Amino acid sequence: MKIKSVKFLAVDILLMILAVAPMLFGIALKILTNPASGGIEIAGARIYFTLKLPIQDLPITESQINSWLVIFSVFWLCIYFTHGISEKPQTKRQLIAEWIIETTEKLVKGNMGEYFSGFAPFVAAILAISAFSSLLTLIGLYPPTSDINIVAGWAILVFILITYYKMKCGPVHYLKSFGDPVPFLAPLNVISEVATPVSMAFRHYGNILSGTVISVLIAAALQGLSNMVLGWLPGVLGEIPFLQIGIPAVLSIYFDVFSGCLQAFIFAMLTMLYISSGFPAEDYKKRKNKKIKSEVN
Amino acid sequence: MLELAIGIILGCCALGAGAAMIAGIGPGIGEGNAVAKACEAIGRQPESKGDVTTTMLMGCAIAETTGLYALVIAILLIFLAPGRFVNILLEAIK
Repeated sequence: MKIKSVKFLAVDILLMILAVAPMLFGIALKILTNPASGGIEIAGARIYFTLKLPIQDLPITESQINSWLVIFSVFWLCIYFTHGISEKPQTKRQLIAEWIIETTEKLVKGNMGEYFSGFAPFVAAILAISAFSSLLTLIGLYPPTSDINIVAGWAILVFILITYYKMKCGPVHYLKSFGDPVPFLAPLNVISEVATPVSMAFRHYGNILSGTVISVLIAAALQGLSNMVLGWLPGVLGEIPFLQIGIPAVLSIYFDVFSGCLQAFIFAMLTMLYISSGFPAEDYKKRKNKKIKSEVN
Repeated sequence: MLELAIGIILGCCALGAGAAMIAGIGPGIGEGNAVAKACEAIGRQPESKGDVTTTMLMGCAIAETTGLYALVIAILLIFLAPGRFVNILLEAIK
């Protein structure tokens, strides 16, 4: 397709609209369903509706909806970035996309080794979803990462991957690894195995949630303070929240932007480190060599 | 009498949340040490700044874990525990 033809531009605009539309939908949903409340309050995810299921009812909450919105948004954004891709870069966004791919591949190869180089898309997906979910606070939506259910889901996924790669040398080898270095320490090893996903989930969720809670507390405190300072003025003048302008935004740079991106990076790094360190590379090589030899014989 | 019991439950939950957050001392000291050593390392070898920073952030994240466990317990004690304990009390009275 030719760059700068009308059709190309139209598809571009359509993709951009599709990438932004989920966010607008989320804001509209929040405005339509949230009842008007007077004060500042700290609340968990709202339950939109409940699905009736035979074993247990499944509540569909704000965090689930918002994480799906993030997924759609990132999906259309990726398609936008790779739209009109060619061997010779013709658009700026192709350079950005190439930079993203190269950086993640370098990161994965540097931290996990050559064997795991196929993990780059997975790690990039985790980074993107986690960072975008945390940054949802910037447009006033509930961040899905401050709900432990969402993050625990990711942590369980990572735990399954860790266990899969530990099992690469067969279940017997996996069970033997618990009796390392001395067999009677096996219970402790089991506990530390289980603690991995728990600590991953709590770390991400706790950081984002504490940022949200502190932001809300500071906003409430500033409201009270500006009421105290200007409260003696008559009428509307006394209700101007002049301290609330600007100061929460500065704090939000740390609590929302920096903390959110850092936690996404740390989650991805821990994923890579746990998976690559749990994989018994040398034993796996020996086992493979033995198999090849026995097949040759 | 019921008011007193509910008041004790709420007060003890708040006290417990405050006491749980004493655990914030540990990560504070630990992360401070980590960052200090990272600064020293960067001062010695400025060319390895990127690697040192990445490793330091990872270490900080792991040192933070205990503090976050305490935070989760404190949040549970403030937002979840009072309602549950009051419900248990009311059911016991019935």
